[in-house]
Amino acid sequence: MHELSIVTHVAKTLDELAEENHLEKIGSVTLQVGEVSGIVTDYFIDCWNYFKRKDPLIEEAELKLEEIKAVTFCEDCKQEYETVRYGRICPYCHSEHTYLVTGNECIIKEIEAEERKEEKKETCE
Amino acid sequence: MKVIELHKSVTASNDRDAQVLRDELKEKGVFFVNLMSAAGSGKTTLLLKTIEDLREEYKIAVLEADIEADVDALKIEEGGARSIQVHTDGMCHMDAGMTRTGLEEMGLEGMDLVFLENIGNLICPAEYDTGASKNVMILSVPEGDDKPLKYPLMFQNSDVLLVTKIDVLPYFNFDMKKMQERVRFLNPDIRIIPVSAKKGEGMKEWEDWLREQIALWKAPHA
Ligand SMILES: Nc1nc2c(ncn2[C@@H]2O[C@H](COP(=O)(O)OP(=O)(O)O)[C@@H](O)[C@H]2O)c(=O)[nH]1
Ligand SMILES: [Mg+2]
Ligand SMILES: [Zn+2]
Repeated sequence: MHELSIVTHVAKTLDELAEENHLEKIGSVTLQVGEVSGIVTDYFIDCWNYFKRKDPLIEEAELKLEEIKAVTFCEDCKQEYETVRYGRICPYCHSEHTYLVTGNECIIKEIEAEERKEEKKETCE
Repeated sequence: MKVIELHKSVTASNDRDAQVLRDELKEKGVFFVNLMSAAGSGKTTLLLKTIEDLREEYKIAVLEADIEADVDALKIEEGGARSIQVHTDGMCHMDAGMTRTGLEEMGLEGMDLVFLENIGNLICPAEYDTGASKNVMILSVPEGDDKPLKYPLMFQNSDVLLVTKIDVLPYFNFDMKKMQERVRFLNPDIRIIPVSAKKGEGMKEWEDWLREQIALWKAPHA
């Protein structure tokens, strides 16, 4: 399932980040999801809740989702329009020479996390 | 709690892993092809024919990730190439990490040409770089000439489009010219090769493309 696959990619990125920044626990993750990214947010949340139990780093993390609106640009008349409303054909000049500017992304925007407590340095002498 | 801003695409770490893998394969002289298509488009059949024609020239292996991978892996072994089935655990695509694990398990010693038979769908595999040297996709005639309109990303990210099952063209309403126009609009650089794995038509052009690419890949300073 696509959503589960994406959750595993998010978790992997967070694991790497935790390693680099000495993070102990992640409290929340904010994800920006494009309107036409093909990600079904309800499934995504289910997958997240299923997956997070397997990873101590994120087991208590809250998932926050933000939507990014889909916008398409027309190369012929140089105008932007709402992708979801009009699709691939430009509503102004009916051209097919259009491309998606935003709306296909899935971005980890930010996280809240607790750092690992400094381990007391043993003085062995 | 401290806030860390990332603004990082979910696929960013995969892209990096994929590039590392690609560089390693280049170093080893292993040409690695990611073969993608919808389920039942003819990936296994095409691979079997390709192996039959090229096995005297190259040492070939196949990483099987599609459904019925176990059956396909067996067929490939019988066809004279090494093959291994990857466990995809319900995933919808192969990523660079899973590909690396599969390749390491299979072993690359002495290999010239390795194929990945990716999971059969036209959406998700298009978004994940597997570390392949080249991406090849299949569109079979029965699927229709409007597929490029429905799955643009797959056509944009492929280096070669194999239009398979052309032996059944007479029975379908498939406009080859229109399909090619649609594809070129999305990706002007794509190489389009119509083939029939069953009748052998077009296979030489595909195999010559492979020969040429393998030579380039193995050249020291390309
Ligand atoms: N007519 C015709 N049928 C083909 C051709 N290639 C594959 N097939 C048939 O298409 C079906 C699916 O093929 P397969 O290679 O298993 O597809 P895969 O799921 O993509 O690996 C099988 O019944 C094949 O016999 C071809 O070139 N011509
Ligand atoms: Mg197959
Ligand atoms: Zn316009």
